[in-house]
Amino acid sequence: MLSDTAPRRVDPPALPEARGPLSAAVLGALRGWPPAMPHLDQADPYGDDLQLALYCCYELHYRGFADIASDREWDVGVLGLRAELERVFETALRKDVPAADGTVAEVTAELDALVVEQVEGRGPSWHLRRDGELWQLREYVAHRSLYHLKEGDPQAFVIARLDGPAKAALVSVEHDEYGAGNPDRMHARLFAEMMGSLGLSTAYGHYLDAASAETLAEVNFMSLCGLHRRLRGALVGQFATVELTSSPGSERLVRAMRRLGCPEQAVAFYDEHVEADAVHEQMVRLGVVAPLLAAEPELARDIVFGVRASSFLADRFGALLLDSWTRGRPTLRRPLTDAPTPAGSMR
Amino acid sequence: MAEARQIVVTDDGPLLVSGPVEVVLPDGRRVRSDRPVTAICVCRRSRRAPFCDTSHRRKVRTSDAATDDEEDRAQRHSAPAG
Ligand code: FES
Ligand SMILES: [Fe+2]
Ligand SMILES: [Fe+2]
Repeated sequence: MLSDTAPRRVDPPALPEARGPLSAAVLGALRGWPPAMPHLDQADPYGDDLQLALYCCYELHYRGFADIASDREWDVGVLGLRAELERVFETALRKDVPAADGTVAEVTAELDALVVEQVEGRGPSWHLRRDGELWQLREYVAHRSLYHLKEGDPQAFVIARLDGPAKAALVSVEHDEYGAGNPDRMHARLFAEMMGSLGLSTAYGHYLDAASAETLAEVNFMSLCGLHRRLRGALVGQFATVELTSSPGSERLVRAMRRLGCPEQAVAFYDEHVEADAVHEQMVRLGVVAPLLAAEPELARDIVFGVRASSFLADRFGALLLDSWTRGRPTLRRPLTDAPTPAGSMR
Repeated sequence: MAEARQIVVTDDGPLLVSGPVEVVLPDGRRVRSDRPVTAICVCRRSRRAPFCDTSHRRKVRTSDAATDDEEDRAQRHSAPAG
């Protein structure tokens, strides 16, 4: 019942460096400088500046930042900025993914499509399994740490917005993500152990400055949907997308790591996800989505939006990695020591 | 009377059993699962038998995907792990 694991203090990360006027405005507001609302008309909704700005706003609801007062979380200046950034991001996503027709049948079709497997697919996990290199695997893990070191947390926000069987089933899955009562089995913890055994820093937020806009956008979408009751259907769609696609993808990463000779401690995280998510898939479909739709069929439209938007953002992340890797280029903004040096950059 | 244990038979996938279970295999091996819900493979394709590893899923080649849309969707599997 009680764990032997020694409690450890999680130090909040340092503030990242700004990537443009929007993130500079948010960082300024976090430091308590007078609010300055930058122009958003020209902002790239998926770009580095906006995604980092949004990520910093959301991080206040998770672990916060070193030397930033905790009450910034509810500072009206910061919240005002956040609302503007969210509007740009959500509007772009609604424009860029096909609109849902609002039927329950469409939700079923959308989820069915997620569980059709490719014989030879594209995507980072396919590449890593086939012929990915160790530095690429390490980059992949560093990007993913922005989510997995708080795995389950964005989705936990939706619990209070659900009721009845859907709530009970979602909590059962989340309970599993949190180690089913054992902190040593917590997925975030397994992820940190994997990072450590791959020679990466396990410190929360360590790779924030290094992470690409594409990486941050996927996590921001989870936070956006988790923090807005209005978007609870989309959160469930996002949750379904990761739980339904995770098992085979995790299996490919297990094979990638075995092929590359990674230690067993590194393999444990993805190895656990092969079996765990084969179960979570069923619990999400039968236990969460079906009763939620039965009770609130009007959520169908946003569940489909959640699936499509998270798939769209996952595709962007996948494309960034594959495009750069095929050119032998690193994808982290601060490359790892074993990554190839971009040609000509050191002259 | 003791409460009946529920077993859920899914459409084209595993059997779902709740609570810790011990599965006895034909060769006498006993495999334990402590998961709150365990998915038992019934398609016999799992590489982690007796547990489901989603190997029961329908597979398509990009070239014979029924529609462009299907091809597109089947490529989309690069989300984070769940
Ligand atoms: S039932 Fe899922 S792998 Fe056999
Ligand atoms: Fe999961
Ligand atoms: Fe997980």
